[in-house]
Amino acid sequence: MTFESPRVQVAFQRAAHARSGRAAIRVSAPAVGFVTLGDRDANLGSNGVEDIDLQIQSLIALSLAGDGAAYARLLALLAPRLRAYFSRRLPDPADAEDLVQETLIAIHTKRATYDSRLAFAPWVYGIARYKLIDHFRRRGVRRHVPLEAAGVLLAVSDTEAGATRADLHRLLAKLPARQRGLLEDVRLRGLTIAEAAARYGYTEGAAKVALHRTMKSLSASVAIDED
Amino acid sequence: MKTDDLIAVLALESRGPGPGRLRRQIALWSGLGALAAAGVVVVAMGARADLMQGPGLANFIGKAGYTLALAVVGLWLLDRLGRPGARARRAWMAFILLTVGGLAAAGVDLALTPAGARYAQLMGQSALICPLAILILSLFTLAPAMLAARGFAPLKPAAAGAATGLLAGGLAATAYGLHCSETAVSFLVVWYGLGVLATGALGAMIGARLLRW
Repeated sequence: MTFESPRVQVAFQRAAHARSGRAAIRVSAPAVGFVTLGDRDANLGSNGVEDIDLQIQSLIALSLAGDGAAYARLLALLAPRLRAYFSRRLPDPADAEDLVQETLIAIHTKRATYDSRLAFAPWVYGIARYKLIDHFRRRGVRRHVPLEAAGVLLAVSDTEAGATRADLHRLLAKLPARQRGLLEDVRLRGLTIAEAAARYGYTEGAAKVALHRTMKSLSASVAIDED
Repeated sequence: MKTDDLIAVLALESRGPGPGRLRRQIALWSGLGALAAAGVVVVAMGARADLMQGPGLANFIGKAGYTLALAVVGLWLLDRLGRPGARARRAWMAFILLTVGGLAAAGVDLALTPAGARYAQLMGQSALICPLAILILSLFTLAPAMLAARGFAPLKPAAAGAATGLLAGGLAATAYGLHCSETAVSFLVVWYGLGVLATGALGAMIGARLLRW
């Protein structure tokens, strides 16, 4: 795990080497509450941030190669971290959840701007910070959003999804047409995901599997987190 | 809409376009714009009379080399500024090198000119027309370049817009070189440079609005 700032790097290594349980890490670095997915991660212990970094790096490579399950896992891994990032910077949980969704959509629609020779975490962090600044600007608030090391995004997670107040149409307008159509048919017109998938030329299986796997990995992450 | 459902739908399309696609796209569209600008120059303004003769051709190629280098650095800068987390340091260095190198060459050109002829050397026959022509021609390159640049995700839209303007201005200046028969290095750097700079400023203004995402 490398950080841009040497100071943060040192702090991180100290935290990782302390290894006297989670409490020690909470003091030296803001690394609390890891979301872990699947049995591969069961024995992570205090090395969580480092592992998450490696994990998202391999997941994005698989995703861009067309592995939909890896992509769902990646987004499911990022969502609680984005939620923690935004909700600690915004008073209203609904605003934070809106920004989580906006950021996920931006990650999706802008993924061609990710240069696979570079680390993935700083790219995601850049998008999240941009969306936060954009949120303040839309509200007419002038607020300084400090530039932190991308590690802050991976350190903390918050699995509790709040309510959203997003203007659905504004969010959906940013999606590619096929996916937008699918989502609208499932969410707004009450079609089953299988019916809607067929309408937009996705195989019924692909849509179902994506939904199923996402739900499974999400419930798995919640289960481990609650221990 | 629940975030989990959103994720499920997003995951339906995991395979994304490669990172090279944005570069190719913007090169293609701004290149087409440059061809249009070149067409306008030849039809509306006329190609320089000596374009196909040795010295005239060599002069055109020399000027085109410099203005195309500006365009390439603009594309490079945009490609860095448009990607979150990417560093633009080397692209900025290339830009500074081109600017400083050009100004130094202009200085040498004027220093080698006899004192009495320096003003004439710098101003040529068309000093004030040149930047204006480049700015107008840049509309053909800036519009497609800016639209293609919307695929990027710049954290500073105005800066990315300026880079797009540098690309578009460099291409427009190259097209203008087909008509312009000025040969002095100092003329090229100062007046062509001013035209490209103006296009960069226009790009920054447009980009601040159009390149938000």
